[in-house]
Amino acid sequence: MTALFVLLCVILIGIIVVQIGKVTELAGKIRGEEEAQERTNRTQAGYSMIFMIVFLLACTVSAIYYKDSMLWYGPNESASAHGSSIDYIFNITLFFTGIVFFITQILLFYFAYKYRARRGSKAEYISHNNRLEVIWTAIPAVVMTFLVVGGLDAWNDVMADVEEGEDYIEIEATGYQFAWHLRYPGPDGKLGARDYKMISATNPLGQVWSDEKNLDDFHPSEIVLPVGKKVRVRITSRDVLHNFYLPHFRVKMDAVPGMPTYFVFTPTTTTEEYRAKLGALNDRGEPQYPEWHAPLDPEDPEGPTKFEDFNFELACAELCGKGHYAMRRAVRIVSEAEYKNWLSEQQSYYDSTIKGTEDDPFAAETAEEEAELTDASSIQEEAPEGDGSAE
Amino acid sequence: MANVADKPLVHEDDLLIEEYGYDDHFHDHHHGDKFQSNFVTTYFFSQDHKMIAKQFLITGMFWAIIGGLMSLVFRLQLGFPEENMAWLKPVLGKWITVNDAGIGSLAPEFYYALVTMHGTILVFFVLTAGLSGTFSNLLIPLQIGARDMASPFMNMLSYWFFFLAGVVMFFSLFLNTGPFAGGWTAYPPLSALPQASSGSGAGMTLWIVSLVFFVVSVLLGGINYITTVLNMRTKGMSMWRMPLTIWAFFITAIIGLLSFPVLVSAFLLVTFDRSLGTSFFLSEIFIGGQALDHVGGSPILYQHLFWFLGHPEVYIIILPAMGIVSEVLSVHSRKPIFGYKAMVYSILAIAFLSFIVWAHHMFMSGVNPFISNFFVIFTLIIAVPSAVKVFNWIATLYGGNVRFNSASLFAIGFVSMFISGGLTGIFLGNSAIDIQLHDTYFVVAHFHIVMGVAAFFGMFAGIYNWFPKMYGRFMNETLGKLHFWGTIVGAYAVFWPMHYLGMAGVPRRYYRFDSFAAFGSFDLMNQFITIAAIITFGFQLLFVVNFFYSIWKGKKMTDRNPWKASTLEWTTPIEGIHGNWPGKIPTVQRWAYDYGKDGKDFIPQIQPVGADESKDEH
Repeated sequence: MTALFVLLCVILIGIIVVQIGKVTELAGKIRGEEEAQERTNRTQAGYSMIFMIVFLLACTVSAIYYKDSMLWYGPNESASAHGSSIDYIFNITLFFTGIVFFITQILLFYFAYKYRARRGSKAEYISHNNRLEVIWTAIPAVVMTFLVVGGLDAWNDVMADVEEGEDYIEIEATGYQFAWHLRYPGPDGKLGARDYKMISATNPLGQVWSDEKNLDDFHPSEIVLPVGKKVRVRITSRDVLHNFYLPHFRVKMDAVPGMPTYFVFTPTTTTEEYRAKLGALNDRGEPQYPEWHAPLDPEDPEGPTKFEDFNFELACAELCGKGHYAMRRAVRIVSEAEYKNWLSEQQSYYDSTIKGTEDDPFAAETAEEEAELTDASSIQEEAPEGDGSAE
Repeated sequence: MANVADKPLVHEDDLLIEEYGYDDHFHDHHHGDKFQSNFVTTYFFSQDHKMIAKQFLITGMFWAIIGGLMSLVFRLQLGFPEENMAWLKPVLGKWITVNDAGIGSLAPEFYYALVTMHGTILVFFVLTAGLSGTFSNLLIPLQIGARDMASPFMNMLSYWFFFLAGVVMFFSLFLNTGPFAGGWTAYPPLSALPQASSGSGAGMTLWIVSLVFFVVSVLLGGINYITTVLNMRTKGMSMWRMPLTIWAFFITAIIGLLSFPVLVSAFLLVTFDRSLGTSFFLSEIFIGGQALDHVGGSPILYQHLFWFLGHPEVYIIILPAMGIVSEVLSVHSRKPIFGYKAMVYSILAIAFLSFIVWAHHMFMSGVNPFISNFFVIFTLIIAVPSAVKVFNWIATLYGGNVRFNSASLFAIGFVSMFISGGLTGIFLGNSAIDIQLHDTYFVVAHFHIVMGVAAFFGMFAGIYNWFPKMYGRFMNETLGKLHFWGTIVGAYAVFWPMHYLGMAGVPRRYYRFDSFAAFGSFDLMNQFITIAAIITFGFQLLFVVNFFYSIWKGKKMTDRNPWKASTLEWTTPIEGIHGNWPGKIPTVQRWAYDYGKDGKDFIPQIQPVGADESKDEH
């Protein structure tokens, strides 16, 4: 019934509009075509100017209104070392394109308004102007060169792989439908070999257990990294394309099945520091960014506020199927000491799930060792990966 | 036909054509019209370029409505994810799942199907076939002084292959497993493995079949457009006298001919991977609880092949719109297009560059970062010819005598949109910035404004301008202007806020945003965008009503050249006959833009250069 009513209303509005159209057409006929066109030129040119002013104002005002929630502005500064160079290029580009945007939009609508056809007015015959054309070809060319050089400089810096002998942490993120599986190398600092044919319910990454580098690798449920330390993320996928996306760190790279990719970055802000910045008070003791002081749960105004609950996030940014929108993992940036502490709490996946099962190539060995040796310290020496469980 | 020729030639254009025109004995060969002798050959299997143009246009409009409605459904999901959508169940069937409480919601796989179909339909069926198909067909023969296309039969086939492509795509909407849902770019492995997405089974098969038919249509049309422009220009119509519309259609057809076959090769290889067990794009995949045998392929190879079409494709979409806008702006500001040669050279430069920038869609796809250096350079070079075109359009208005009507308003709106959307391309083309903005709403805003809305504006400008040529009647101007203001305000309201979403890092192709704290704080903006989209769509219905109403009831054309344009199409009789000119073919004496020269409002192209006329090198 309501649908019918809405439909009728729409049809009615349609008829009314068509009738208005017909009436103005008739009025034009009565007034004379030329005079009607002149009137139209006047009103439409006026609307153009109004539109231009409102449009440009709306652009400016909305940009200011939303600045706190945009990553490039407000409190949301880049939390990685390379991020600031990207932010810088972004802002330089915004500066130049902003100028061009305002000048060209204004000229476009203003010329249309100013040179509207009036009674007796005539157009000038101007077919070209070589000097002008050379100038306005050269200016964009120069600006573009500037932006290209700046951009590529930053790009090649950001995308450079780690160099040999450099001190860095390597971690691995594997995308699958629909989550991320994380792997840390454990105390040996090396990720073990993988073979996708070995993937099973108990071996989600297909780790090759005969590779000893695998034995200390652990699978945390969130990314935890120390501040100020270079990280190389090895990014892979188990099934379709995914994309390892850390918005706050300006990190993004596709996860491609069969071809590991990487992204190197250095976190510069801990989660706690970032929270403090979001929750900062200004000189008058009022919240600087009130939106971050809103309660997390609107039903519970006394509960934690948004900034207290803030976490860096890992998302997927390449369409991977129906669960694409929910591949979240929290990212925690902590101090070096906290990181060490966290590492010591982690248990290797081998120890927790594989050891002693039928998948364990060392099962026989381990059993023997356990039978023969009663000295725990000697086990530790032979299998340093076991320190988590041995202690 | 015979009695048209028998009528006394009274119109001054006819006198000029009779005096200076070229007699190709067209009307001696077949009396009566063997191509349009009955209802079926007139309205369905027509070989007349003007009728085929209308077929492309109306089919394009049908798809635009379908594609637009799809976007409204997924916009409802994004703006109002908690809202009950059970009322859509009669139309969308099982795409809407209703829970025990009677609350209906759009299933995620169908959300992605809608997004995918919206993209495919709009890019290929509406903005390629509906735009280039319509206006290349209508204007190429009319503006270069040809009786018809080089091969009218191939031209007819071109439309019917497009129609077939549409039928197959439409059919795929009704599949039990749903249409393809892996994004309009159809990246494997998602598109290659039915285990990965329900739409990647039969849905993807039909998607490929449909698009292969579509490519056949584009190639048949394109060969025809190129041949016609090269071989069938009338006497005096040198390349440098062609209107910019023809230049644009000509270059567009060449780009299409060179790039679309590469897309088919990508589809062929995907099909092999899907059904013959090859591994072109697949490697080391574990899905659905089992490890597949495919090893050694690269999904990135598909992306190279896809974007080798995909990037030229955006110019296939925008160049015809640019051509139309150049023509419409010039005619309605009563001034020659500013810098005609610069405009032609920019079209050529853009066309050339469009083939060496494809990997700028792939900066973050895992290609060697070193390679990206070249693609950044070439991509940002495109800004130069694009800027030249914008400056020339603005300079065309300068000193003009601008006549405001729906056509010229949409042309001005096009320039505004092209500026707004083009400038954001400078951000995205710079790979360093693309690290952050890639696959966010910033990209969505960029391409919707620059090639979606702008191309639509070009198309609308063309329709309002040449509607009288198509149907012998005018579209209603009041409704047209209402349509324009509603659309420009609405389109900016929809797409401008998306820049902010993108700058906040919100990724595109998300079914909902609340799983992330970083993306979930824009509920109000998303609601605003959805409401604006619904209203903007409403204004397009106004256009549809105006269009069909005007075909039968619009104001009749009394003057054959209502806009006082100098190009050849306006020298043909109002009623639009097969063969276009009743007698001789007009001979061209001058370039297409003699507006306001020597104090004359305009001088048609068929008028010989007078002895006392001032010389101009253009």
